[in-house]
Amino acid sequence: MVYSVVTRRRRCKEMFDMKIGTKKNMLTFGLVLAIYLVVQLLLNMGILDSYIEINMVIIGINIILAVSLNLITGFTGQFSLGHAAFMSIGAYTSGILTAKLGQPFIVGVIAAALTASMAGVIIGIPTLRLKGDYLAIATLGFGEIVRIIGLNNDYIGGAIGLNDIPQYTNWTWLYFSVVLTIFIISNFIKSYHGRACIAIREDEIAAEAMGVNTAYYKTLAFVIGAFFAGIAGALHANYFYFIKPDSFGFMKSIDILVIVVFGGLGSITGSVVGAVALSILSTLLQGIPELRMVIYAVVLFLIMVYRPQGLMGDRELKLFKKVGVVNGNASSK
Amino acid sequence: MEQVIQQVVNGVSLGSIYALIALGYTMVYGIIKLINFAHGDIYMIGAYVGFALTTFFNFGFFPALIVSMLVTSILGIIIEKVAYKPLRNSTRIAALITAISVSMFLQYGLMYFVTPQTRTYPEVLPNVQLKLFGTNAVIDLKNIYILIVTLVLMVVLQYVIHRTKVGKAMRAVALDGDASQLMGIDINKTISYTFAIGSALAGAAGVLVGVYYNTINPLMGSVPGLKAFIAAVIGGIGIIPGAVFGGFFLGIVETGVSALGGSLYKDAVAFVILILVLLIKPNGLFGSNQKEKV
Amino acid sequence: MKKTLALFLALVMMASFLVGCSAGGTGGSGDSDTIKVGLNYELSGNNASYGTDLATGVEMALNEINENGGLLGKEIEIIKMDNKSDSTEAANVATRLITREDVVTILGPATSGNTKGAIPVASQHKIPLVSASATADDVTVDSNGNVREFIFKTCFSDSFQGVTIANFVHGELGLKNVAILTENTSDYSKGITENFKKTFTELGGNVVIEEAYQSKETDFKAVLTNIKAANPEALIVPGYYEEVGLIIKQARELGLDVPVLGGDGYDSPKIVELAGSEALNDVYFTNHYSPMDDAPEVVEFREKFKEKHNMEPNAFHALGYDLGYFFADAVERAGEADPAKIRDAMENTVDFKGITGTLSIDENHNPVKAVTILKLVDGQPTFLMKLEP
Repeated sequence: MVYSVVTRRRRCKEMFDMKIGTKKNMLTFGLVLAIYLVVQLLLNMGILDSYIEINMVIIGINIILAVSLNLITGFTGQFSLGHAAFMSIGAYTSGILTAKLGQPFIVGVIAAALTASMAGVIIGIPTLRLKGDYLAIATLGFGEIVRIIGLNNDYIGGAIGLNDIPQYTNWTWLYFSVVLTIFIISNFIKSYHGRACIAIREDEIAAEAMGVNTAYYKTLAFVIGAFFAGIAGALHANYFYFIKPDSFGFMKSIDILVIVVFGGLGSITGSVVGAVALSILSTLLQGIPELRMVIYAVVLFLIMVYRPQGLMGDRELKLFKKVGVVNGNASSK
Repeated sequence: MEQVIQQVVNGVSLGSIYALIALGYTMVYGIIKLINFAHGDIYMIGAYVGFALTTFFNFGFFPALIVSMLVTSILGIIIEKVAYKPLRNSTRIAALITAISVSMFLQYGLMYFVTPQTRTYPEVLPNVQLKLFGTNAVIDLKNIYILIVTLVLMVVLQYVIHRTKVGKAMRAVALDGDASQLMGIDINKTISYTFAIGSALAGAAGVLVGVYYNTINPLMGSVPGLKAFIAAVIGGIGIIPGAVFGGFFLGIVETGVSALGGSLYKDAVAFVILILVLLIKPNGLFGSNQKEKV
Repeated sequence: MKKTLALFLALVMMASFLVGCSAGGTGGSGDSDTIKVGLNYELSGNNASYGTDLATGVEMALNEINENGGLLGKEIEIIKMDNKSDSTEAANVATRLITREDVVTILGPATSGNTKGAIPVASQHKIPLVSASATADDVTVDSNGNVREFIFKTCFSDSFQGVTIANFVHGELGLKNVAILTENTSDYSKGITENFKKTFTELGGNVVIEEAYQSKETDFKAVLTNIKAANPEALIVPGYYEEVGLIIKQARELGLDVPVLGGDGYDSPKIVELAGSEALNDVYFTNHYSPMDDAPEVVEFREKFKEKHNMEPNAFHALGYDLGYFFADAVERAGEADPAKIRDAMENTVDFKGITGTLSIDENHNPVKAVTILKLVDGQPTFLMKLEP
């Protein structure tokens, strides 16, 4: 089947084709702006103090990570256990550029996203042949390799970590990064590209037979997912002042995966809600140190046994659903 | 030259441990296609049971080993019934997350009771080093024990899988679960047996490692668990001799990397090997080339 | 439309939940009846054993003070939280302790990495933070050479121990060719290694081989074989007892019988269990004090600890214990439980007598303390010499 340049251009344009004037879109836009302003006001007035702020940052970053991982694992069906590695690469890129090379934050963020995307290509291409559990372990291995290289690289601090990173992340950066992530990824999903990814998840061979370029889309999913994970990493590094390679290991990847599954693979709303819920749960359990991880494990287990499709399954809030589009079934094996 | 001999010995002794854990891993994966993340933690519990028996009840080495294997096999059966059976028909990701949650539960649950401090085994096997080939390269008596146990268990396992009815059932379920049920095989019992055996092996490995390295802690299972999985994949997942081969291969390569001065990268190398094997020969070095049916 | 509204309402509810959650009040001011101190320690995760030990020591000290009438007549309220051995969580816990629990000081974390996570929070809110074990140089001094106003440590800096060991090996033992085995995942270990190498080579010594290992490893045969083949006269292993015990055992098994040297990470009764007493001969390490010291306060501490916890104390227990008393001493001198005054008092600490030695705080918020060199003979630490600062 011929896939002309004209078709590709049309499909890309379709992604961003929004009738700005529709009532629904104006309402969404207004709501987004309203939330931003209200929270900014509360922060300025000191009603939301640093404890809430730090937790909002953690939640915001988790949302970005969850949504970006959902694109790879939930919508394209590529089981990835190395997502924290992309975050790590983004965090270190931004950290080094801002701390050691004195660059402004915007440079750090963009560079972080781009280097993470390159990593997405590096992992996406060799693993094209792998599926399911093997892909999972390969991505886990990739994550570990990144972590070990980080531990042994003295320029970036090695095991000692990178310290005194300037704090540039604030509510504005955080909020609009989250909004941008959700906006781009949900539009991607609703477009032809998204449907191609979903087709790959449903039945890769059938998709290939129908002319979907599976290699391209699988890699693209990794690249886009990594791109946003890189941004999350940059936001993290430039808020917490200090990063070390061990923070971005296997357990972090698992944390993100748990959020995605909890919220529902294939549901962006689910990832958002999941990120909020699990971050709050984790914070609430701070008071019971010894049992915290045990409770976390039990909660996880119960969710998996009694509602494995996650909170939202594959449904979205109407806010994100285009009328007339079928989102596909997320319950295949 | 002595250095080389010593390093080879080091590699083989390290490899025998990976092989032992990999045996259990490969069995379980072969039959229910689940990466049992909790396998490494069953190994850890085996080590702790052995510790409790030898320290508080003054068991000898072999009795502690046997009892520990019994306890872990029962634990394995329980885990399967409670955690994995309900998810047999769910998505792979759900099953994997469940396995991870079981793993975390075991690790941190035990840590709550026994505290995160490392424990040491009392000396239940004599601390004897044997000199090799007249040089100063040494091999520990415990290494020899581990080697022997690993090889013996491998042979026993091969026998069970290929010459007994239970083993036949296991192979059948591994090949096609639904068809074997249609042929009258009790799939639940077969899976339980598999878990029992696999977990017993993990428990044995735990006790042996505890005795050999003399140190145990609640988090000791995660890395060896992963390495054992890599070993199983290298040899061909589901293939018993493959797991043993993979274990030794990994152990020797790791030691080789350390011997060449790259000891900090040895884990990374293990993963690179994994990725290479998955790319070049995904069914493992001993596996057959399976065509993908549409 | 309905769902949009529902979403908005949900967000608002969530926001009010978070706001309502706050116990109110800004951080810092002490309560009227109790003095609140926050313990920010690794109670789970990779560094759980060290964090738990330190917390145990601190709690023991603070409980003792409460039993003896309290601090400034008030009871000390201990708020202990787990930072999961993660630096982000350490920051989160620090924020919660300060803004929700109104602590006047934060004690901990255990490792330098996690401490660095909590430092910005403490500095921003102007609450003193003291660590008894975060040894990295940049914990108290930032990259521009400025002292971090509210941060203190009561343990040796890495630079100090490394220099001391180098002088000892070269001067006292008279050995010129050594091998170094560093724990690469620990800034403590790497810090000591760097400083050792610098001093040792300046003195004319020679490092014949350098190898490394990671935390929680159990098999060191490969690197030890390499070291043995390089024929060193001594082996420097500036690590923690959990790995060092195994390293020494395996080294002796391989026939590597040279002296082994390290820092205060060796101080733990567990090291005998791990290595076996025969292996622990010809082992030297720098420490804060001698645990077998017959000075009355050391003996008393050991007895009390054994009675309470059924085991011998290790360095972390002891350092935690001293940290508790260090804090109390600063509060007494400050006269009230005010963070700024406590900070000032800490900065001006002179000759504070703890069981791990007498210390004063210098202009870099590091302790000036005598170092003791101990030798292990059949597993027992014996006093060799004491070096005054």
